[in-house]
Amino acid sequence: MNDFGTFLFRAHAGFLAALILAPLIPGVINRTKAVFAGRQGPPLLQLYYDLFKLLRKGTVYSRTTSWVFRAAPVVTLSACIGVLMLIPCTGASPALISFQGDIILFAYFFGIARFFTVSAALDTGSSFEGMGASREVLYAALAEPAFLLSLSALACLNSKISLSGIFIASTEHPFANIAVIALVAVTLVIVLLTENCRVPADDPNTHLELTMIHEVMVLDYSGPDFAYILYASALKLWAFASIVVAVALPLRTGSFITDSLIFIFGILAGAVVVGIIESTMARFRLDKIPKLLIAAAALSATALLLTLTRG
Amino acid sequence: MILALLILVPAVGGVAAFFISQVFLRRTLLISTTVVHAALTASCWMQRPDPILYKWLALDPVGLLFLSVSSLLFIAASIYAIGYLRNEPKEQQDSDEGFFFTNTPENIFIACLQLFLATMSLVCASQHFGMLWVAIEATTLASAPLIYFHRHHRSLEATWKYVLICSIGIGLALLGTLMLTVSASKIEDNLMLPKLLENCQLVNPAWLDAAFILFLVGYGTKMGLAPLHTWLPAAHGESPSLVSALLSGALLNCSFLGILRLHQVCVYSGHSGFSAKLLVFFGLFSMAVAAVFIIAQKDFKRMLAYSSVEHMGILSLGIGLGGTAVFASMYHLINHSLTKGMLFLAAGNIIAFYKTRTSSDVKGILHRIPATGVLWTAGLFAIAGFPPFGLFVSEFMIFKNAFDNGHFLICSIFLGLLAIIFAGMAYTMLNMAQGEPSGKVEKESKLSILPPACLGLLTLVLGLYIPDFLLETLNQISVLFGAL
Amino acid sequence: MNLPDSIMIFLILTNLSLLASSRLNACIKTVAIQGIIVGFLPLIATKCPLTIYSYLLAILIITVKGILFPYLLRYTLRSVDVRREIEPFIGYGASIIIGVIALIMSFWLCRHITFPEPILSYTAPAAAFFTIFCGLFLIVSRVKALTQVIGYVVFENGIYMFGSAMLIEQSFLVELGIILDVFVVVFIMGIMMFHISRAFDHIDTNKLGESEKKG
Repeated sequence: MNDFGTFLFRAHAGFLAALILAPLIPGVINRTKAVFAGRQGPPLLQLYYDLFKLLRKGTVYSRTTSWVFRAAPVVTLSACIGVLMLIPCTGASPALISFQGDIILFAYFFGIARFFTVSAALDTGSSFEGMGASREVLYAALAEPAFLLSLSALACLNSKISLSGIFIASTEHPFANIAVIALVAVTLVIVLLTENCRVPADDPNTHLELTMIHEVMVLDYSGPDFAYILYASALKLWAFASIVVAVALPLRTGSFITDSLIFIFGILAGAVVVGIIESTMARFRLDKIPKLLIAAAALSATALLLTLTRG
Repeated sequence: MILALLILVPAVGGVAAFFISQVFLRRTLLISTTVVHAALTASCWMQRPDPILYKWLALDPVGLLFLSVSSLLFIAASIYAIGYLRNEPKEQQDSDEGFFFTNTPENIFIACLQLFLATMSLVCASQHFGMLWVAIEATTLASAPLIYFHRHHRSLEATWKYVLICSIGIGLALLGTLMLTVSASKIEDNLMLPKLLENCQLVNPAWLDAAFILFLVGYGTKMGLAPLHTWLPAAHGESPSLVSALLSGALLNCSFLGILRLHQVCVYSGHSGFSAKLLVFFGLFSMAVAAVFIIAQKDFKRMLAYSSVEHMGILSLGIGLGGTAVFASMYHLINHSLTKGMLFLAAGNIIAFYKTRTSSDVKGILHRIPATGVLWTAGLFAIAGFPPFGLFVSEFMIFKNAFDNGHFLICSIFLGLLAIIFAGMAYTMLNMAQGEPSGKVEKESKLSILPPACLGLLTLVLGLYIPDFLLETLNQISVLFGAL
Repeated sequence: MNLPDSIMIFLILTNLSLLASSRLNACIKTVAIQGIIVGFLPLIATKCPLTIYSYLLAILIITVKGILFPYLLRYTLRSVDVRREIEPFIGYGASIIIGVIALIMSFWLCRHITFPEPILSYTAPAAAFFTIFCGLFLIVSRVKALTQVIGYVVFENGIYMFGSAMLIEQSFLVELGIILDVFVVVFIMGIMMFHISRAFDHIDTNKLGESEKKG
């Protein structure tokens, strides 16, 4: 194999691993929560079963909905797959697609996904879904600055503006600036929890429409459409988790296989951490979450400032 | 030795007064402490005391002048205090809102008075900027319980404002002191005033300017320069009159000393342009703010407080102008302290008889309590700078200096503001002095008339004649600030 | 990334958390931690070998800022019976944003200053200015007297940090005087808060002027 062949192989391997392993994350989170609660819990592969079950079912559409409602799951899923193409599986090799400034594309893929989810929720005309959509947009608007600021801090720290570049450079100089990395990691964890509707921002297990945020927006979906949405959110979780792991665990042993295994192990460990957070914390009051996000933005702004002024 | 005594006598007296339970003994202690302090100060005029504590404490002409003014005011205030404490009831009714309140225990009051004097002497004698800071902050702390003498919510608010605002201001001055250290990092022992003055060519001018700004903001807060004077009217209004007299006549001066010391360094290092401009600007600004607030003032003690803001402005204006105005400014300082002391003590008598601080409720002082009425009216003319009082001389000299140097804008603002302030004060104070008295003719005790009368007499004398020893010292001071 | 820089970043974070927190108890704890770290600073920030005085001073400052102040403040907290700052003049979200802007300003300021001598680290003066700002901001933007005292302590910490950042060595006597003064300020404010709470049933300084007095 020549160099290009190696690159293609590694990039595809990472991409496929993400696609295949992503539904494992919710399983790991739920298992952790079950252990903390002293329950047996659902099997680790529960989401896979659910997805297969849903894909085999038919779909029901409300008569009041339009094409927006039908397009949303597909668009969301494609956006999340697009995101995964930008993320390398480890610092050892670049991703499938990488170019200067793809961190912006990364953020806006999620923007597209959210735009369609929210539009579809409004399209149903249900008041609960409208409420969920409004909350989702509020949190997203506050999470975005925090996320972009921490990405720019990373970009400045490594003098690279592509995700692959950042991943690779951070393994080349691991912990070049521990304070900045710590700040960015904390911000990214907060953004991860908010964007993926986990406790303390949202409770994925809630059964009361009034308190739901993300779940309430997808109430009207069924069958394959719902499967797409569940799968897309698993992919999104994977994408965020990979960035956190790349920041917090910048190791490189030299062997691609070992590196990838460590990376995937790191992501699963991240899932365990999320599970622990969900088990030990209560959901915040709605008005407290913007405060949390502003604080996260402040942390990432501090990180950016420190990278800009160093030396 | 004498220097140590100047600080230790009141300090020990203060601590002792705290533990003495016998009223007569405690009051005698207060009088004797201030008299001993004044005697020690007088002896410093005969012969300068030797520096002590690694030369951190020494009396230069500026310090001596400030110390003497404070000492003089303290004698007057302590004599007045005896009469005041004797007539002050244990529990009394508030005149405006009708609730009852008690006073701070007398032993704390007398103890704090003496500690206040001790810290003030420490300020005047400090030759080390760090020491100066510690001492000025200590004056705030020693005087806080004095302001909270009448234990009710308004005086509590005033004291809270005083402690918080002044502590923050003085904190900024500490930052300024640190910046001064940075600026003089090439000099050894760089917070000692004499060392700084000797090696002032080594000072970094940019950091010196930064330090001066912080000194001006920091100590200026406590000195009452606008716009940082907000604590001042409340504290002067709510505290007992003799405390107001001390705050106005001694405490404000001592904070001014902090600014003055650094300005001296600026002058010596040849970078005084910036600091002088700032002093002139804040001086005029303070006068303007005072003028605005004096006109609409209903409370005559607050009016006197704003008048202090005005006079602090004149002091800083004079120092900023430089040359002969420095002489004038220092002369102004003496006269202002004496006059303001007299006015506040007289105001105390008025409150004792009329039980109010609202000027529209006070009528016919000249008829009801004639002696106080005479003092009050004389005080008006003295504070407004009428001849033959001392303030006329100093204000005229400052005006003349500005005029001679071609600062016509400053001259016109200065005169205009003085006129407004005179009009405002005269309207209120003359209305109080004249008119139909609301009660029968009464007689004040000698203890409450003698101190303000003596202070008034002194400023009258100073308007007519400057004694040689004072002239010499004032000349020395103006040489220190680069005159001639 | 060396030790002083990391400490400074930690101090910056304590300030941000003070701006964000409405729980007075948490604020007192944060200030105590900040005070202890600030007390340690002179031990790492020094040009000449440490003397017995430096250790004494560090111990003194840590005792006052890390033990006495929190004790005093918590005692007041209990006696005046308030737990949190409910309606500050400037909300917590806005406070954090203002704090970040101030942080940017202080870094900007420190880039444009020429420091005449070796300093502890380039983050240190910026962190000191930021701490001073936070202290002042807490005083003007909060209503409760207790928070204002906390603000004063933070402000004082900032000044102290500036001194350490510039490697300024005061003489022992002056340092002693400064710490004594600061202690007495906080002590007096504590006593006054007690009086305020007795006279008003609250310690909201913006309502002191109103007369709901008892005596």
